[in-house]
Amino acid sequence: MSARRFHHPDTSGVFTFSAETESEIAWWETKYPAERRQSAVIPALWIAQKQNGGWLSEPALRAVADRLGMSYIRVYEVATFYTMFNLEPVGKFHLQVCGTTPCMLRGAEKLKSVCERKIGPKGKPSGGGTFSWVEVECLGACVNAPMVQINDYYYEDLSVETLEQIIEDLAAGLNPAPGPYVKRQASAPEGAATSLTDPSLYDGSRAAPLTSIPGAPTSDGGKGA
Amino acid sequence: MSDTFKLVVDGTEVEVPKSYTLLQACEAAGAEIPRFCYHERLSIAGNCRMCLVDWVGAPKPIASCAQTVGDMRPNPDGTPPRVETRSPRALKARNGVMEFLLINHPLDCPICDQGGECDLQDQAMGFGRAASRYEEPKRAVDDKNMGPLVKTVMTRCIQCTRCVRFAAEVAGVEEIGLANRGEDAEITTYLERALTSELSGNVIDLCPVGALTSKPYAFNARPWELRKTESVDVMDALGSAIRVDARGPAVMRILPRVNEEINEEWISDKTRFIFDGLARQRLDRPYVRIDGKLTPVSWDEALKAASAALARPADRIGAIAGDLACVEGMKAAMDLLDSIGVKSIDGRQDGAALGIGSDGSRLPRESWLFNSTIMGIDEADYLLLIGSNPRTEAPVLNARIRRNWLQRGLKAASIGPRADLTYETIDAGRGSKDLASIVDGHPVFEGLRAARRPMIIVGQGALTGADGAAVLHAASALAQRVGAFRPEEGWNGFNILHTASARVGALDLGFLPRAGGLDAAGVLKGAAGGSIETILLIGADEIDLSKTGAATVIYVGSHGDAGAHRADIILPAAAYTEKSATYVNTEGRIQRTQRAVPLKGEAREDWAIFRALSAYLGKALGYDTLAQIRVKLGADHPVFLGLDYAPATTPASASPPYGSAGALTGEAFRTAVTAFHLTNPIARASQTMAECAELAARPAAAAE
Repeated sequence: MSARRFHHPDTSGVFTFSAETESEIAWWETKYPAERRQSAVIPALWIAQKQNGGWLSEPALRAVADRLGMSYIRVYEVATFYTMFNLEPVGKFHLQVCGTTPCMLRGAEKLKSVCERKIGPKGKPSGGGTFSWVEVECLGACVNAPMVQINDYYYEDLSVETLEQIIEDLAAGLNPAPGPYVKRQASAPEGAATSLTDPSLYDGSRAAPLTSIPGAPTSDGGKGA
Repeated sequence: MSDTFKLVVDGTEVEVPKSYTLLQACEAAGAEIPRFCYHERLSIAGNCRMCLVDWVGAPKPIASCAQTVGDMRPNPDGTPPRVETRSPRALKARNGVMEFLLINHPLDCPICDQGGECDLQDQAMGFGRAASRYEEPKRAVDDKNMGPLVKTVMTRCIQCTRCVRFAAEVAGVEEIGLANRGEDAEITTYLERALTSELSGNVIDLCPVGALTSKPYAFNARPWELRKTESVDVMDALGSAIRVDARGPAVMRILPRVNEEINEEWISDKTRFIFDGLARQRLDRPYVRIDGKLTPVSWDEALKAASAALARPADRIGAIAGDLACVEGMKAAMDLLDSIGVKSIDGRQDGAALGIGSDGSRLPRESWLFNSTIMGIDEADYLLLIGSNPRTEAPVLNARIRRNWLQRGLKAASIGPRADLTYETIDAGRGSKDLASIVDGHPVFEGLRAARRPMIIVGQGALTGADGAAVLHAASALAQRVGAFRPEEGWNGFNILHTASARVGALDLGFLPRAGGLDAAGVLKGAAGGSIETILLIGADEIDLSKTGAATVIYVGSHGDAGAHRADIILPAAAYTEKSATYVNTEGRIQRTQRAVPLKGEAREDWAIFRALSAYLGKALGYDTLAQIRVKLGADHPVFLGLDYAPATTPASASPPYGSAGALTGEAFRTAVTAFHLTNPIARASQTMAECAELAARPAAAAE
């Protein structure tokens, strides 16, 4: 990764918070004492990024800085430190392909080539700004590897075919469902449960009968066993 | 609980305050600790790891800059903890840190301006390995624009963040930051805008490597070729301690010296970067205007012409001393003018109502000094600025006010033009009419009265207005009423902040209109009306010379500025780096500059010019050497006998209020310094300052 900077430093632009953005930032601000309101800078940047179509423009950064009474360089430090703040335009659908070890071992490399083939080079929006993709570090869904985050949702247990289908569906204006793309519930085992299947685990028959509540006071005023 | 803590450093037992860091404790024990990010005057970052020491018993080496002694504990047997700074473990730890620092540091010392005075170079010699084991590609970082003063070579940066902390803490402009992370971390300004601080040059000194260097000095000289002269700055009235580095006849750069009582170790950009102005627009030979054109002549002809002009009736002669005039020069001029009976002499070209009351009586010295002393700012707990913008008038002093505000909660109020002073000020109005409203019950009045160390700073913006004398009286009366005069406690909270290094010297000398004489404005008006026929300008350029009629103007000064352009006779004099001269700072501290480079061409020291002129007038002054004039100076004005200390606060020789009361009706005080970078002839001759001034005049967004 190379140093991230604003791709289009449009220093004259003006960014106006929408009513919704404004009220969300105001809510975050209430969580901190008035003289520490710059603590809300990360959520404020995130909300501004949302409003701005998934990336943080230079005017948006200035708007956040002015809103929280911070100098621009301090906000710039935060925005460049956290890679979830996109400093360049992203597509309407921004794919973040996890490339860390578990996903890589389960086929992330193939997902990346799908993206390259169907979307284009990494980090550049394509298709008139519909799609963009990047490779990211671990998104914490290793049990469902390989996976891709599209905007705010995880698409898990992907294969070349399923990811191609998802991209085609998105391009066609459909709403592919997030979650695992194999037959499993969330991160439960594929198909059916493979462990802890003994019914006696769940009917209470394995529990030792209880004669008294441990530690509860007894009628003679002493401590129970 | 005791406030001190005992520990054994390298076998030496020391007892230090618990507030000390381990690094300070080690230094107290005489050990030398290498460091990059740690700096006495900045907050602690602890990110370079160079100051690792071995605390015997601790599992890992300790970053001594970030370890407070009070948080340490004795050994289990109750003996003081042992710290080793030269043990094999400590040395190995530093060796490792140094190796990591050098991994990404280019080996470009031969072309680096920091070479020869580089902390990294020195410490790599002391603590580093002989050779690198690193074979992978080094990282490279794009250079950043930081304006016309600071040159960047960012690949050399070791991310100590001293510059970031300096900008945010001392200069008070959050403009430098550490962007990105890890391998990509880089120091930058927001979108590479130029720094706007008046103190930005100090990051060059702070940078322990060659990442931030001086742009005007780039590739000009090596530190070991330079002749170093300790001197005193004259760009503002603080008299900051400086070191003038010269090679041959040229001043190559100006650096700060440590003077805890004045500038600590900072200097303003004007102090540091005007040195190219010392080589431009110089008056290096005498001129006389012949047929409307300034023509080079010999000293003999010039002095003859000048003595002819001064041979006119004394009441038709006026003299004005400018902002950079030295005490010796003014003394010689004053003795000469007194000997021929000239009454219209004035050392206050800006028309400040100081030194002389409206009834013509002389005011006491306390009425024109910064009596609290600059160090006294650290003690103040309530400050009222009257017509003063310390940020442009004395940036280093402003940094001290800011530190008090930041660290000790100083409350500051201001009457005058609103400006960003880098600290919050209570808006107490704009002009003298608002000063009159500060009476019992006014929040500022009550704030000052409740303060333990109330402080009032009156700026030249308030004193140069039409009601300047009334402002001086009202401000000193206010100081009196709120209890700012406490000689028994050694505190005098009434202060005048000057903008010119010559002013206090002129006032101390009494370079003021004699009884019946005209002041500076009167002289200029007289010249316009024809009643003044000869004007002697001693480096006076910041006055309106366009309406001086047919008067003969004699200009004694170092630079071809406004005064020289109007002049009929030019007598070339020395600049402050070319003479040993006395200046008095705003506190009343008598200091001497030292000659760092020879005089330019045929120029002579100011006092020697007047001595020579006196002989042409047949009134030869009684001194022929610098030592003799100084003896005369001390004899006539005992105040000049003591060097380098601020006068003690003693019961005032005449009690305040100073001067006489007058109507306070002014709507707005003037701004004393409108263009920080262009306040005097040397600065106006400097290209660097011109660039800075142009940048400062542009709106911030465009300054990229």
